[in-house]
Amino acid sequence: MNFKLHVWRQKNAAAKGRMEQYEARDINADMSFLEMLDVVNEDLVEKGIDPIHFDHDCREGICGACSLVINGLPHGGMTGTTCEVRMRLFKDGSTIYVEPFRAKAFPVIKDLTVDRTSIDRVMQAGGFVSTHTGAAIDANAILVPKDKAEEAMDAAACIGCGACVAACKNASGMLFVAAKVSQLALLPQGQAERERRVNKMVAMMDIEGFGNCTNYYECEAVCPKDISVKFIAKMNREYMRALVK
Amino acid sequence: MSTVKTQVSPAQAQVTFIASSIGKKIFMATTGLFLFLFVSGHMVGNLQIFLGQDQLNTYAQALKDLPALIWPVRILMFIFFAVHIWRGIQLYFENKFSRPISYACNATVQAPLSSRTMIFSGAGILLYVVYHLLHFTFITTNPQYAGLHDTVGRHDVYSMVIFGYQNVAISVVYLVAMFSLCYHLSHAIPSFMQTIGLNNEKWEPRLKALGYLIAIVIFFGYSVIPAAVLSNLIVLPEGVH
Ligand code: SF4
Ligand code: FES
Repeated sequence: MNFKLHVWRQKNAAAKGRMEQYEARDINADMSFLEMLDVVNEDLVEKGIDPIHFDHDCREGICGACSLVINGLPHGGMTGTTCEVRMRLFKDGSTIYVEPFRAKAFPVIKDLTVDRTSIDRVMQAGGFVSTHTGAAIDANAILVPKDKAEEAMDAAACIGCGACVAACKNASGMLFVAAKVSQLALLPQGQAERERRVNKMVAMMDIEGFGNCTNYYECEAVCPKDISVKFIAKMNREYMRALVK
Repeated sequence: MSTVKTQVSPAQAQVTFIASSIGKKIFMATTGLFLFLFVSGHMVGNLQIFLGQDQLNTYAQALKDLPALIWPVRILMFIFFAVHIWRGIQLYFENKFSRPISYACNATVQAPLSSRTMIFSGAGILLYVVYHLLHFTFITTNPQYAGLHDTVGRHDVYSMVIFGYQNVAISVVYLVAMFSLCYHLSHAIPSFMQTIGLNNEKWEPRLKALGYLIAIVIFFGYSVIPAAVLSNLIVLPEGVH
C-alpha cells in the first residue's frame, strides 16, 4: 500500500512547527500505524533527514504512551490505540494527516511528541489512596459488592493516554480525571480521602490549563478504553457532594 | 517546578468552587435553568391569545397590577440572563485558548452541531430578546401600539400582538429566533442533567431525546402564534384596524 502523509514537524518546544509532506511506499497492510512510520523513518534516515519523532512503548495497547491525531482524530478514532491501528483500515493511495495531541496542557516537545506530565501532576494531586499497604492482603479481606467492583474496574481501565483531551474541542481533561475520581470513590479504600481527592484533582486540572467541559462527548468517542462520560457526571456529583460535606 | 504545583491545599480547592471548571459548569446550568423556566412560563402566558382578546388582556393587566411579583422576576431574569451570557462568552474564549494551535485536519465523531454552536445560537437569542423588548415591552419600534385600548380601557395586548405578526418580516425574524432558542435548548437540556450529575449510559439517550422533545414543544408553542396570525386563524377584534 502507498500513502501520502502530511506530518507535523517541529524541531523543539520553542520552534515554530509546520506540516510536511512525505510518501509512505510499499506498506504492508497488516502493519500498525507506528510500524508504517518506522518504515518512513528508515527512508528519511537514509536520505539524511531527521526522522519523525513520536511516542511509543508497549505497542500493544496497554501503556498509553502512543498518541497521534490521525486525520483529525486521536488514535485515528478507531477502537484502540494508535499502536493497534492497522494500515488495512486506510484506503490505498489516500492522504493521511498526522498531528500531535494538541492542548495548552500538552506542549509539543518535538514533532509528534508532546509533554503529557500534566496528567501525572493531576494524579499526584489526589489520584491515590494514602495507606501503607505492606504485603499484599488477602483478596477477600475487604469485601466489595460485585457491581461496584465492576464499575470501578471500568473506570480503572484508563491508561492516561490523553486522547480525551486531544479530541475535546475545549482540550478539557474531564474524562481521565473523572475516571480516577470515580474509580476511587467506588471502592472502600478510597472513602477516607474522597472529598479531598476530587477537590484537589479538579483544582490541579484547572491549574494545568485544561479547558472547561461543555459536554461534547468527543472524549468518549475516541477513548481507546471506552471510558464513559457517565463518569464525568459522577465526578460532577462528587464535586458537589464535597462542597456540602 | 512541578513539585510546587502539586501542592493544592484542601482549603484552596474549596474556595475555588465557583471559579473552578466544574463550578462554572454548574453556574451556567443553574442560570440556564431559570431562563428555561421563564421561557416556559412566558410561552404558557402567550398561548392565552387562543382564548381570545378578553383573556389575554385580563392576564396582561393582572401582571401589570402585580408589581411586587413582576419586578423581582424581571430583575432576577435580567441578572440571570446577563451572567449566563457573560460567563458563556468567558468560557468560549477560555476554551479557545486551551488549544493555542488548532488542528490542520479537524474531525468530529458525535458532538452534535447544536453543541458546537451554543455561542452563536445564544447570540441569536440575545439579539432577539433586545428587539422583542423594544417591540412589545417598551413599544419603541412600533410606538403606535401604545395607544391601543380595548373596550374596557385596558391596554390592548391582543391587538398589538396581531398587528405585530401581521407583518411578515417580524414573523420571520420571530421564527428564526425561536429556532435559535430551541437549537440552544436541545443541547442545554441533556447538558444540564449531565452537569448536575444526573446522567449515566442508560439515561444518556433518553435525556438527549427529552432535550429534542422539549425543544420542539417550545418551538411550536411559540411559533403557533405568528402562524395563526398569518393564516388568519386569529384576527383583530371588531372595530380595530
Ligand atoms: S479516559 Fe480514555 S482517552 Fe482519556 S486518558 Fe484515559 S484512556 Fe486515554
Ligand atoms: S504504545 Fe503502548 S498503548 Fe500504544
